[in-house]
Amino acid sequence: MADFFQHLVNAFSLGGVYALIAIGYTMVYGILRLINFAHGEIFTYSIYFAFYGVSLFLLPWWVAFILSIFLTAFLGSLIERIAYRPLRDAPRISALITAIGVSFFLQNFATVVFGGRAKSFNPQTGMYPTYFLNVLNIGGVRLKILSVITLVTVTVSLLILIWIVYKTKTGMAMRAISKDIPTTRLMGVNVDKIIMITFMLGSSLAAVGGLLWAMTYPQVYPFTGVIPGLKAFTAAVVGGIGSIQGAMLGGFILGVCEIMIVAFFPSIAGYRDAIAYAILLFVLLVRPKGILGVEVTEKV
Amino acid sequence: MVKLTVKMKIILTLILISTVGFLLVLANHKASDYIVMILNLMAINIIFAVSLNLINGITGIFSLGHAGFIAIGAYVSVLFTLPVQQKEMSYLIKPVMPPFDRIEAPFLPSTLAAGLAAAIFGYIVAAPSLRLIGDYLAIATLGLGETIRIIANNAWSITNGALGLKGIPQYTNLYWSWGWALATVCFVASLTKSSYGRALKAIREDSIAAKAMGINVFSHQVMSFVIGSFFAGVGGALWAHLITTIDPKSFGFTKTFEILIMVVLGGLGSITGSIVGAAVYTVGLEFLRILESPFKVWFINYPGIPGMRMVVLAVLLIVLMLFWQRGIMGRDELSWEKFFSAFVKLKRGGRR
Repeated sequence: MADFFQHLVNAFSLGGVYALIAIGYTMVYGILRLINFAHGEIFTYSIYFAFYGVSLFLLPWWVAFILSIFLTAFLGSLIERIAYRPLRDAPRISALITAIGVSFFLQNFATVVFGGRAKSFNPQTGMYPTYFLNVLNIGGVRLKILSVITLVTVTVSLLILIWIVYKTKTGMAMRAISKDIPTTRLMGVNVDKIIMITFMLGSSLAAVGGLLWAMTYPQVYPFTGVIPGLKAFTAAVVGGIGSIQGAMLGGFILGVCEIMIVAFFPSIAGYRDAIAYAILLFVLLVRPKGILGVEVTEKV
Repeated sequence: MVKLTVKMKIILTLILISTVGFLLVLANHKASDYIVMILNLMAINIIFAVSLNLINGITGIFSLGHAGFIAIGAYVSVLFTLPVQQKEMSYLIKPVMPPFDRIEAPFLPSTLAAGLAAAIFGYIVAAPSLRLIGDYLAIATLGLGETIRIIANNAWSITNGALGLKGIPQYTNLYWSWGWALATVCFVASLTKSSYGRALKAIREDSIAAKAMGINVFSHQVMSFVIGSFFAGVGGALWAHLITTIDPKSFGFTKTFEILIMVVLGGLGSITGSIVGAAVYTVGLEFLRILESPFKVWFINYPGIPGMRMVVLAVLLIVLMLFWQRGIMGRDELSWEKFFSAFVKLKRGGRR
């Protein structure tokens, strides 16, 4: 039973990280109908920013982490400005191919600039305090402090996001844009600015996810973000792409399934990365719009 | 516009093909191994690009799982052609699966088997996933391609897992690769010109209108997907027998991405465009190798940065999409009539 609780906490912290990244996909898709393939690379860069902040500029870890979140948000908006804005009225396939191109550019640029070898991201290299790795013992259940921190951070980030989207004017504008861009523009909303803010918001959530991920899997290399990115994206689709609650739900479902299957059926652990796709194909076949997705009727 | 009779066009095409054939024979005897390798890669890339273009450009199904079908073709063909003794030596962790531990087939049947396996798999996945539309289909096929790669990584008794397979006999030569490229182009081109092809284009433009006109959208899409997978499988077999070692990493999303660049560069929906795109890409990639080795411009020493090639390539794709979405050919095809019209215009010095 204690084992089960341990797995459950791990599952929820992994699921939470997926949820944070998935929200970036879902928000961009919700307003632009664009799959932002570069989101996984935004995730990677956030880890690099923190890594170099600590190791090269010798900042305290928390300053580097906060700075990394801001830098990542800036990177997200930069990508939007350079690559996606010019294509907003172009056919969707062009935007999609551009997104794939941006993703490849960022991966290979990281290889050229940061080097292809994995960099160690752990307390021994001073990336974050060592007591994060201590273990709490609550009634026989052994919990890593890091898992608890992950859960708390994820929860707080999600609450802030929900507050922004549902309680602020910016959030209202975002929701309006996702329904109808021209009408929203007529209502006097600066659509470009709101889209840019959406990208920044999604990217900073990816940065939070990235830093939590890097602490759990303590290394970073140019392709770190590919697999979590694809999985988070899968989570977004499973939950119903375009819906924020869907992305959260999808992320948690994926995290729980992944950890539980690996924990209780070790013989298929090698297929761990395929579990997400199996769930994806299953959900798409049963309910193509995702669990919480809204039916889009095609106009004739 | 110069008008040519059908007979003339066929004769001209045959002349072109035999010229290319003659040049290939020449290359096979005289050219260096490096040039022969590039020519082989070019032909294989043409097969990949044309087959993906049939699915993405002509039918309008945005599939991102092409590398998966290439992987299936490569592995199936190698399972057939790898000598029995070699199989015993290579499969260290688990011995190879039963029927294949005694089979050693020649190249042509293996290639056909590879194509058929990919086509059958294409059919199995097309039927359910084509119920999805647009982006969802792209996602599903992307997930599928990745799944095939992960299975290849774990199914030790079939693929030898992450170790991959080495020492594959190098059967692919210029005749095989260009022969299959010719077959692919002829087949896809004649398919596109037939009533089926017009139906596929109608589906691309507006699937609802196509349905209203009485086209069975689903079966046409499945057909296009299966044919595309078949040629991807054949291309995979040729590729495996050219580079002689395969492992799951070679069939990642990067492979699909490369083919997508070729198709987009040539023009989505144009077969001749795909041929030109594949050729330009293959040769261009070799020229970009310069970027990864040190050189000197005037007094600036360029150190040669490994990985720079892919950066340039990615920037190229982004720039292409931002400023030149149609690619080289757009949706047009090269034809003899256009060729001669341009020629006549040139002769008149642009005067009408």
